Amino acid sequence: MADNIVIMHNRNIKSVTNRQKAWGIVGMFFRYLFLIIVAIGVLFPFYWMIISSLKSMEEYRLTIPTFWPQHAMWSNYAAAFSTGNLGTLFKNTVLVGIVSTILSLVITVLSAFAFARLEFKGKNLLFGALLATMMIPGEMFTITNYITVVKFGWLNTYTALIVPFLVSVFYIYLLRQNFMQIPNELYLAAKVDGTSDLKYLWKVMIPLALPTLISITILKMMGAWNSYVWPRLVANDEVHQLVSNGLRSAFTDAGTNETNYPQQMAAVALVSLPLFLVFVFLRKYIMKGVSRSGIKG
Amino acid sequence: MVDSKHQWKAWLYLAPALILLAIFTVWPIINTIRLAFLEGYSLQRALGGATFSVGFGNFEKVVQYQGFLTCLKNTVLLCVLTVPISTILALLIAVVLNSIGPLKRLLQTIYFLPYVTNSIAIGMVFATMFNMIGSFYGTENEIIETAGIINNIIMAFGGKPVNWINFGSSYWANMTVMVIYIVWNALPFKILILLGGLQSVNKQYYDAAKVDGTSKFRTMTRITVPLLSPMIAYVVITGFIGGFKEYTSIVGIFGDNMGPAGAKNSLNTMVGFIYQSLEGSHQGRASAAALILFAIILAVTIINLYVSKKKVHY
Repeated sequence: MADNIVIMHNRNIKSVTNRQKAWGIVGMFFRYLFLIIVAIGVLFPFYWMIISSLKSMEEYRLTIPTFWPQHAMWSNYAAAFSTGNLGTLFKNTVLVGIVSTILSLVITVLSAFAFARLEFKGKNLLFGALLATMMIPGEMFTITNYITVVKFGWLNTYTALIVPFLVSVFYIYLLRQNFMQIPNELYLAAKVDGTSDLKYLWKVMIPLALPTLISITILKMMGAWNSYVWPRLVANDEVHQLVSNGLRSAFTDAGTNETNYPQQMAAVALVSLPLFLVFVFLRKYIMKGVSRSGIKG
Repeated sequence: MVDSKHQWKAWLYLAPALILLAIFTVWPIINTIRLAFLEGYSLQRALGGATFSVGFGNFEKVVQYQGFLTCLKNTVLLCVLTVPISTILALLIAVVLNSIGPLKRLLQTIYFLPYVTNSIAIGMVFATMFNMIGSFYGTENEIIETAGIINNIIMAFGGKPVNWINFGSSYWANMTVMVIYIVWNALPFKILILLGGLQSVNKQYYDAAKVDGTSKFRTMTRITVPLLSPMIAYVVITGFIGGFKEYTSIVGIFGDNMGPAGAKNSLNTMVGFIYQSLEGSHQGRASAAALILFAIILAVTIINLYVSKKKVHY
């Protein structure tokens, strides 16, 4: 009798766990289903960009769309490159991106070092004041900086694209925090050995803070690649135009207002490719930098 | 340790940053406030030697300007719609993503992809997807003849095609497209932050809930959300700040027209208003609008912080 009860009890437990397991599998199925639907939603625009860029205008206009191009029109890419003047746009953007990144890194490293390691009167006050400027929306800077650039005679020059937004308080802050984690004993030991500040900075601090420096480099380069407002204001002539500015209207015929969508999508794909490659290879640094900043570009 | 030699050195290291910040960060803050109170300030006229009286004229002009109210309405509407939708969706995705084993890494990578895009470029892709293909001049036959991919999908499910962004499209159709695009763009950052938060939550809370037989929904509302509340607050605050500065996503979809053909500026935003005033050499009006925007962002952030102080569990 007692044995029977135990067996029945065990059976009940078994059926309960079986039911839980079954529910668990169903639950898992719906979780994956949900996640895959979201993933499709995320990826679909990229897919549509690529296949549209390979279609002919006739195929693009079909009533029932094709989900794979009938004849891959690679010539759209060549046409996009010349119509959109992408060569010049890419050259300008890369030039502005590289120069401003290098200058910005030098300035950021020097000032982060001063804030992290050197002692001077009013250090904390100055640092606090700089942090406070991060609250101000960028539009307030843009208005006066535009006036300043006009007065300096910098309109339609690379200088106007590079200099005004060279120093980022946020990057100084990020690097200072990183420098502070390096034990001060190392610095004092180097001082005893007679190492100069710059040599110490170069040999010890920069290698130790390399991940942060890489994050800053990537975000800065992405910023140049994606910036739209400032370049449009100060250097929107054909010689100095950057990628985002040249892209929007290049494929719409000013007279008929007709847009060559396949070519436009080819240009968009070409512009997205470098970002995509950076993402694939340097994902770790981007995600790290982004989770600490919340700033796009 | 503090000797005069060190002090001198520190200022030398700081010099390049401080000089640039003085010219391009500190001076703009002062000057933009000054310009806002110089009535009708315009760079062109200032260079020509004109002087301007001090007053609230710019603010009055901004508020009375009809386009400004449209901009304010659009900006607020986009914020109010996109921030809750993207936050809830991101929370849902992060929680589900955190609960699975295989493919987690891959899916996480895919979800982050929209972050590393050029918002003008991908805006153009969205415009293509929602576009009516071919020339469309408002006759019904043409819609059915050539609808874009989104309309094709809608029709495949038996729905009716919608004129999303072309000539004659309705305000709410435009708004729907903008909300979809902005949410698509905003998800990666939010998922990244919320997933990071979830991964640092102590598993013991969930084990305790399981022992008590707590339902999934209750676990979510009583454990996950409170424990994640600092990250949720962060994501909401940065979402609102970003939302009030919405501009390039609209340029991406509608171009400089800031609205569908035939309805110029119907989707313009606060930032768009500021830049249009600036380009039209109305720097005084632009400055006043920028100050108003700053005040709004500050107020919303303070309200957010106040609410989160009451609701957030640290």
